[in-house]
Amino acid sequence: MSELRRPSRGTWAVLAFPVGMLAVFFLVPFGIMLATSFYHRIEGGFYTPAFELDSWRRLLHGVFIERTLFSIGICLLAGAVCITLAFPFTYFLTRMRRRPHVTLLVLIMSALALSEVIVGFAWSVLLGRAAGISNILVWLGLMDEPAAYQPSFLAVLIGLCYIAFPYCVLTLYPQLTRLDPELTEAAQTMGASPWKTFWTVVVPIGRPIIVAGFLLAFVFTLGSYLIPAFLGRPEHWTLSVFISDQATFNANVPFAAAMALFLTVLSLGVVGLVTWIEGRTRG
Amino acid sequence: MNVVRRLLTAMVVVFLVAPLVVVAVVSINRNRYMDFPPEGFSLHWYAQLWNDVGWRDAITTSLLVAATSAALAVAIATPMAYVLCAYHIRLAPLLYSLGILPFMLPPVISALGALVFWNSVGHSGRVENIIVSHAIFFSTLPLITVSLAMEAMDPSLPEAAQTLGASPRTTFRTITLPLLVPSMISGYAAAFVLSLNEYIIAFMVSRFSVVTLPIKIVNDLRYGFTPTIAAVAVVFIAIATTTFALFARFGNLLRFLGADPAILERQR
Amino acid sequence: MDVRARGSLRLEGLVKRFGDVEAVAGVTLDLPAGKLISFLGPSGCGKTTTLRMIAGLERPTEGRIYLDGEDITDRPPHLRDIGMVFQTLALFPHLTVAGNIGYGLRIRGVPKTEIDRRVNELLALVSLQGLGDRRISQLSGGQRQRVATARALALEPRLFLLDEPLSALDANLREQLQVELRLLQQKLGITTIMVTHDQREAMTMSDLVVVMNQGRIEQVGEPLEVYRRPETAFVASFIGRTNLLRGEAADGVVRVAGRPFDVVGPVVAGPVTISVRPEDAHLHTTQTPERNALPGRVVFVRDLGELFECYVDCGMDEPVVVAGSPRERVHVEQGQPVGVSFPREACVVVEG
Repeated sequence: MSELRRPSRGTWAVLAFPVGMLAVFFLVPFGIMLATSFYHRIEGGFYTPAFELDSWRRLLHGVFIERTLFSIGICLLAGAVCITLAFPFTYFLTRMRRRPHVTLLVLIMSALALSEVIVGFAWSVLLGRAAGISNILVWLGLMDEPAAYQPSFLAVLIGLCYIAFPYCVLTLYPQLTRLDPELTEAAQTMGASPWKTFWTVVVPIGRPIIVAGFLLAFVFTLGSYLIPAFLGRPEHWTLSVFISDQATFNANVPFAAAMALFLTVLSLGVVGLVTWIEGRTRG
Repeated sequence: MNVVRRLLTAMVVVFLVAPLVVVAVVSINRNRYMDFPPEGFSLHWYAQLWNDVGWRDAITTSLLVAATSAALAVAIATPMAYVLCAYHIRLAPLLYSLGILPFMLPPVISALGALVFWNSVGHSGRVENIIVSHAIFFSTLPLITVSLAMEAMDPSLPEAAQTLGASPRTTFRTITLPLLVPSMISGYAAAFVLSLNEYIIAFMVSRFSVVTLPIKIVNDLRYGFTPTIAAVAVVFIAIATTTFALFARFGNLLRFLGADPAILERQR
Repeated sequence: MDVRARGSLRLEGLVKRFGDVEAVAGVTLDLPAGKLISFLGPSGCGKTTTLRMIAGLERPTEGRIYLDGEDITDRPPHLRDIGMVFQTLALFPHLTVAGNIGYGLRIRGVPKTEIDRRVNELLALVSLQGLGDRRISQLSGGQRQRVATARALALEPRLFLLDEPLSALDANLREQLQVELRLLQQKLGITTIMVTHDQREAMTMSDLVVVMNQGRIEQVGEPLEVYRRPETAFVASFIGRTNLLRGEAADGVVRVAGRPFDVVGPVVAGPVTISVRPEDAHLHTTQTPERNALPGRVVFVRDLGELFECYVDCGMDEPVVVAGSPRERVHVEQGQPVGVSFPREACVVVEG
């Protein structure tokens, strides 16, 4: 360690602002949320300090368990679809010439930055009766009259894939650019076709990042609020929608807090798993 | 293999672009109601964005929130990234995780946390609440860009400055900080664009009294589609695409996304 | 004060530990003012750490550092009056050539006209006239090296420190800049400490060579003296190439593989290691002399045109190497039995 890297009193002073901000506006709210989950809910929208387990007990009830299982199911499905498409796509992307490479990356980044509001809106238009796919099909004479494909399970799934796909690409991207092109070239000099090379060299080497990317996409879709709210019926709502619905329209903040903490544990568990996988492959 | 590659790439591009095209087409439709194919061409709905007070307020609020929260995010992230990379601190991994955590967790968690926090402080439904919450949530982005810049920086540079007589403070001001500026700008841009697009945190923190652009869109959608919404969407898409295209042109987008530096050489 | 009297350095029992690793294990040394001193050794020998302690970039775990008799051990680098060229050169990418060279003057608040004058002087010193406005990225490797040198000398420091200053350059340019740097140093008469792992570089440039290994000093001396009279087997094989002959001493006579050897220097009874430079050994195709010679068989011949080398298996651990100029070339073939003789003056007894 260099002499210059020894922290001094000034170093800690510099750290005080960012760490203070994160503590006050992230950790403290978290603590309050934890406390609130034990508070007593008053019908009509308020809650008073108390210590009761009512909200936590509700986590064992049918509706919540059903929502949880549904959320996990649809998000796992979305994650699986995304990673299946994103892995080969990203692999091809990293081997493209510079211009299409950058252009596609700009497209991916733009799609990632798009508000869920706009993604939800765009897909509801595209899948809707007024100006969507069905209208194009009617216009082409392939259908008799326009139909609506949303709200539906499929619409939610497509929406989730739309937001998670760019995210997946970006989690795979750094690792795949580091895949030595000589490895695949070596396989090809030994007589493997490009397909065979992809399946016998690229996929096995990429297995840990495939798993990691899949799990991160899962957590990412779990956080989506507007997609299920826009493109689905209430039976297609995920935990995120359910939580904010409880907190705002149902005004049951303690229950929302308990659910949010459950969601935190679930997400952290998955992220921890990802970190473990990455640590194991590196070590 | 070549066929598969082209097909997959084309499919992905269509999938990503199709909804945007539909929205763009709808936005220039003359008719009040959405229909397809569009009847007539009009930029009326774009003018509406500025002429309608409700939309104009939402736009200015969103720009204000995005501009200030991104600045605050950079102000939080830069000293943190600098100290954690420049100094040997045992707690560094923990503090770094703390900086990454808000962004890693589902946003509804930060949103609910902010809601109960501002409620208990007795200062709810203000625009500054959204600014602070967004700054915390998006500070992860500049934290990553600045940390990457710190790691890429030759550790001999500050040492060289010191052997030339610069105190630690002067070294930071004349060497380290100027070299971090590009990464601070890219972090700012990323936080700005994402803040502009963020809904759930803004919605839960605002408690119906502050209206950002995404909130306005959702509110209006409850009463049905209007081409104005499509026009907003197009503007958003244009902003995002322009930002990242500029980033690719002037910044190092590939490096920012974590590409192996060798790839930049390969593809020249 | 006369410039040649400035910059004498004394290192006293310097130790640096990184956790359990002892990078520098007790270095005591007096470095005379106005000379160029090289710290030479393999990577990890502690030479760079020693230099960084002199610069103030590392704090010694134990020991003191005196500059012109003054204890500077606890002084931070920016108050030490040094100029340093880093291995990566560490040129500031956001500043121009002139901005880099004038950096030290600018942060001291020297007036702009004075900075410009001094920068031009330094540009001339390193033959870069007119390049002050260039960006660093527009310079070639050799030009960058010169900018780094000019920047380090801008404040007329008492100590000029060079950490592998030429390692980024290709071989030809490297040799050229070694000469340039040495001439510059002699012209300025500045005390200079250079770290290098390249013995040719050290031999070319130094007044004094400090050979280090595993955190300790193996030998200090003038370049040729260190080459001719290595004190340890490590020094003998690190500085140039050598043949190490292992033998036994008894009753004042050294024997290698049973044959008597006359050697330079005192001999104690017990195992003895003799170092002989390849260019000092001779080949015999007809008859092997009785004393100071070994019989063997040719394993390999390397003829580089400018240099002729013959590898001979004499029953030692490694083949004995005999080198000579093409003029002395002896015609031998692989597998041919030969004798190798080692003149007495060339047989240096070393430790280890």
